[in-house]
Amino acid sequence: MPKLSYLKALNRALGDELERDPAVFLLGEDIRAAASNVTAGLFDRFGADRVLDTPLSEQAFTNFATGAALAGMRPVIEFQIPSLLFLVFEQIANQAHKFSLMTGGQCKVPVTYVVPGSGSRTGWAGQHSDHPYALFAHVGVKTVVPSTPADAYGLLVTAIRDDDPVVVFAPSGALGVREDLDFGTLAPIPLGEGRIARSGTDVTVVALGHLVHDALAVADELAGRGISAEVFDPRTVYPLDVDGVVESVGRTGRLVVVDDSNRTSGFAAEILAVVAERCDLAAPPRRVTRPDGAVLPFALALDRAVQPGREQLVAVINAVLEDR
Amino acid sequence: MTDLYRTVRLIRRFEERAIEFVRSGEIVGGIHPYIGQEAIAAGVCAALGPDDVLTSTHRGHGHVLARGADPARLLAELMGRETGLNKGRGGSMHAADFALGILGANAIVGAAGSIATGAAWAARSQGRDTVAATFFGDGAMNEGMLLEAFNLAALWQVPVVFVCENNGYATTMPVASAIAGSITARARAFGMPAFTVDGQDPEKVLEAMNTAVARARAGRGPTFLECVTYRFDAHHTFEHRARLSYRSTEEISTGRSRCPVEIQGARLTAADRAAVDAEVESLLDAAAEVALGSAHPDPAAALAYLYAGGA
Repeated sequence: MPKLSYLKALNRALGDELERDPAVFLLGEDIRAAASNVTAGLFDRFGADRVLDTPLSEQAFTNFATGAALAGMRPVIEFQIPSLLFLVFEQIANQAHKFSLMTGGQCKVPVTYVVPGSGSRTGWAGQHSDHPYALFAHVGVKTVVPSTPADAYGLLVTAIRDDDPVVVFAPSGALGVREDLDFGTLAPIPLGEGRIARSGTDVTVVALGHLVHDALAVADELAGRGISAEVFDPRTVYPLDVDGVVESVGRTGRLVVVDDSNRTSGFAAEILAVVAERCDLAAPPRRVTRPDGAVLPFALALDRAVQPGREQLVAVINAVLEDR
Repeated sequence: MTDLYRTVRLIRRFEERAIEFVRSGEIVGGIHPYIGQEAIAAGVCAALGPDDVLTSTHRGHGHVLARGADPARLLAELMGRETGLNKGRGGSMHAADFALGILGANAIVGAAGSIATGAAWAARSQGRDTVAATFFGDGAMNEGMLLEAFNLAALWQVPVVFVCENNGYATTMPVASAIAGSITARARAFGMPAFTVDGQDPEKVLEAMNTAVARARAGRGPTFLECVTYRFDAHHTFEHRARLSYRSTEEISTGRSRCPVEIQGARLTAADRAAVDAEVESLLDAAAEVALGSAHPDPAAALAYLYAGGA
């Protein structure tokens, strides 16, 4: 079976949607030359009007996409640096997201924001290494963080076809993941549907994006010690698959969340909250996150020190299993 | 000629009545009255065709009325009623009527210019003949996102007309204290033609706008119109109570001496003018009756329309 990388899956999803729907077009910085490789080959296939290389004017081109969406298009913006989302937070959270309600449902704003290389990229320091998916979930913007190539393809396709704004985080730590698959099985994946990445009975580990792979590696390691960890990948941060999380934790009775957000008001905090509201737990839940208010420092050891790691995850799983 | 008068008169009387409804509490939260600036909306919208689009501002009632929105539905919107243009979900600063190409008034200064540019670009790429007009005030000339939009529009020759309503103040900040250089020179720096227009005379605005629309429709890109005007009333109705002292009474009285309703009204016979006035009053009487008689939205539906298809 052919191998598909996560990066190539994004590229394939964009190409397929451009092919399928003339309303779809891409815009962003350096997408003609495909600096991130996500848009490789698309300018030659679809031309300058559908692969629109923009000047460094993030705020204007984000609103430009909203305007184009109001006029019937399905724009897809690529942001190659996650922190640019802070610069355009107003344009997404306060403009694109609010048009539907504020106009009494007169319009829709089907814009997709793709962020390849979110989170730490190792060595890119404080202003290029954020992972602000929880911010978008907080304001109610549909937000996905796929972990595998098939999910990256399926969720990006769904995001583009969705009639609302959707932010797609493609974590730097997942872009290199490769998967053996039959390309014929690639298909849209609904928003708000998580998946059990590995079944287990002793503890549920909720993980997103690249951390799903860390959680799976940890679960393998723990299996050798007789611990059966289930890994649940929500895939969509908002709307969250609350029932899926509750179903898994309801079976295992224990919860650990591993999350690349800062701790306070982060994604892990939300998972702990919904589980506290709905489940009877055998032990207090735990989370592994970035520290409060973390700015990612440059030096490699410091960068690693503030990101959730496998050792921390192992320690926390052990602690949850010991707590009675 | 009569149409332009009808429009400025309609906007003036709508706003005067709306201020009364703010005072009586039927409109909650207040409004930004357009009184004094009516000629701009009237002239700009008279130059637009049925397939054209516009974006508006926090001071947007005039734009929406000049484009032909139903005054009853606009008033109902200001009163937060279910029959409002936005079903009571937008209010004064967000009135939209997509059936008329009104892509919404926007409460963030300078935000709509790039939205209008994107809409016009999209329409052109779909093979349509649409021109977009986007209104903003002098204050927006200091918003980077709008200057970015000028660049995109000029670079890609987008059929959009940038209409700057220079009423002398960004809330209380005078233009001279806020803008280095000149407004039109900033626009020209992006390679688009920019003109200063008498924003108190609807015919002057219409003439300039006709040229700008023809240029955009011919594929020659954006034009910038600085319409010099004066806001006769408060920045916002809260100012009726706050008594801010940023404009002298002399300045206000000089500013009010060039009234768009009088300037255009003087071009009609007394009889024609009286007939239009009577027509406007009866239209607004009926609008008030409809708006006041309309249902309030059901609190259970407070988040209806939050997502597409979610009625």
